[in-house]
Amino acid sequence: MTAPPTGPLLGGELPEAALEPGTAAELAAVADEPGLGRRALTSLRRDPVALISVLAVVILALIAVFAPLLAPHNPLQAYPNGLSSDGAPVGPGSSFLLGTDPNGRDVLSRLIYGARVSLLVGVVATGLASAIGVLVGGIAGYAGGIVDTVLMRITDVVLSFPILLFCVALIAITGPSTRNVMLVIAFGYWTYLARIVRGLVLSLKEREFVVAARTLGVGHRAILRRHILPHLIPAIIVYSTLGIATSILIEASLSYLGIGVPLPQASWGQMISQGQEYFQTAPWLLIAPGVALILTVLAFNLAGDWLTDLLDPETSGDRR
Amino acid sequence: MTDPVHAHSVAPSVAAAPAAPAPAAPPAVDVRDLAVHFKVHRGLVSAQTVKAVDGVSFSIAAGETLGLAGESGSGKSTVARTLVRINRPTAGSVLLAGAETARLSGQQLRAYRRRMQMVYQDPYDSLDPKMTIKDAIGEGLIVRGVPRAGRKAEVEELLARVNLPVALAGRYPGQLSGGQRQRVSIARALAVSPEVIVCDEAVAALDVSIRAQVLNLLKDIQADAGVSYLFISHDLSTLRFMADRIAIMYVGRLVEYGTSEEVFSQPAHPYTQALMAAVPDIVNLGGPRPAPLPGEPPNPASPPSGCAFHPRCPLAVELCRTVAPPLVRKASGQLAACHVVPDAPEVTP
Repeated sequence: MTAPPTGPLLGGELPEAALEPGTAAELAAVADEPGLGRRALTSLRRDPVALISVLAVVILALIAVFAPLLAPHNPLQAYPNGLSSDGAPVGPGSSFLLGTDPNGRDVLSRLIYGARVSLLVGVVATGLASAIGVLVGGIAGYAGGIVDTVLMRITDVVLSFPILLFCVALIAITGPSTRNVMLVIAFGYWTYLARIVRGLVLSLKEREFVVAARTLGVGHRAILRRHILPHLIPAIIVYSTLGIATSILIEASLSYLGIGVPLPQASWGQMISQGQEYFQTAPWLLIAPGVALILTVLAFNLAGDWLTDLLDPETSGDRR
Repeated sequence: MTDPVHAHSVAPSVAAAPAAPAPAAPPAVDVRDLAVHFKVHRGLVSAQTVKAVDGVSFSIAAGETLGLAGESGSGKSTVARTLVRINRPTAGSVLLAGAETARLSGQQLRAYRRRMQMVYQDPYDSLDPKMTIKDAIGEGLIVRGVPRAGRKAEVEELLARVNLPVALAGRYPGQLSGGQRQRVSIARALAVSPEVIVCDEAVAALDVSIRAQVLNLLKDIQADAGVSYLFISHDLSTLRFMADRIAIMYVGRLVEYGTSEEVFSQPAHPYTQALMAAVPDIVNLGGPRPAPLPGEPPNPASPPSGCAFHPRCPLAVELCRTVAPPLVRKASGQLAACHVVPDAPEVTP
């Protein structure tokens, strides 16, 4: 029964290969594949723009964390020497590096504390938005059918509002506070990730390794956790980085409109709003927070682009 | 000679009754009149039914191998995917050790899945690229309820069983060769101690040298564990090496079904004969080659009338165009679905 096959059909025996599986050479060959960390360093060395943007993000984070140590003055205090004799703001100089605002407060200190607000709102709002987006998109894509249809129509409805207008309307209902600003931005932004995640899950669940896990008898929750989520991580990281930039911009816009982070807390958007009144006499009031905002958003966008290339959600980890 | 009325009086389920000689224990797998139909939507309103599998019956005894062959589009992969319940059967029954499983769902279906495993064709996509080898195999152990403490030892045991070095346990599939990955797939299937393993073109993607290793490994496992195989391949030499019984499929139906000996020594159906003639023969290289089978396999969405093979069949008679032949016992011993090939003489029980 188990005799080696012979006869005209086969035309000889199946050759018994001498190659043992997993020879030393084969095992050694695979060790050379560079890890993610090494690839990241290599690409940063080759791409100065990426290097600068990643450094900028890191520095910004450090500034936000260590704001009390770095700020030369109290950002909330009106200094008597912060206003000139005729009550106008003082320009950049030795006592106030970036000048003062019309209340006699130090602009640099407010800028540094403003970075805290921007980053906090950006990170928390985006984190929340990502969590909602991954959950909604993941369930819609994996469950399919009526669940998918209902969830995606809800997503479409939210998506159809211009995000800033949507946030303004929501703030009008909830009232301005730092917490509400974060919630509102998260509520406006989760739709983007939900759509992306749904698409990824739709194709992932047809992959043979997911089908194989199902036929093995693995439950749906374990499949989502062990086989789907790890493949979503690159896309989540990439879109979250871009989302932070968007969130910071929305927060600045809301604060500019006077419905963002409430006074007297420092926020870049609200500084820009105040600064434009004094553009003729005290241009530093507008330029300082404006430049900070532009550089921050630019740094997050460029760092996000670099991450996209590095983690390329299409092929990451699946390179054959 | 061939009487269509008589032929039709034989119900398909009777005609295709399992030919297993030992009636004491039920066969490991007993498939009866399995049908899998797909609705294909064309545009917004019109839908068409494709009968990928239409009334297929076979059985596999414990510890035996059934080889299933056919051209692409014959429905052999659909049979495999339906047995492991990737697809849902439209009709018919699938008995596993005598118990009906075709209508299971929910928790019962999950419990059933353990008992019937599959080794896939593509060794690249059937393992999660982001999961180490030990986790991939360990997943089966989790399903089987092996406690965390015992998993490492069992993973190493399973790796040894498929002749892989334990050093590979921490590797990712991307770092392994095709043959190694297929061994991991086999180890993963074995981790849940299945009764039946479906091998859907499991060696088709491998180099010929590696192929022999994997086939021998599958045979060793069968000898050790007594698992049954449904071995699907378009390669008849592989089937001859592996299978105790052979089933030949054409456009969703079995056209021939018998022991490996019967089918290979005296193929009854003209389609089987054509498949065998198409196998390259190293011994008689340069000898006269039989004429290749004309035409293409038909589209399963619109199969020909009567016997689906008649447009390509060298023996076709008028009857073949209108009446589908039943699968009945032929003079050479096996079952075949053909009007022209002589039936076995009637035996009164």
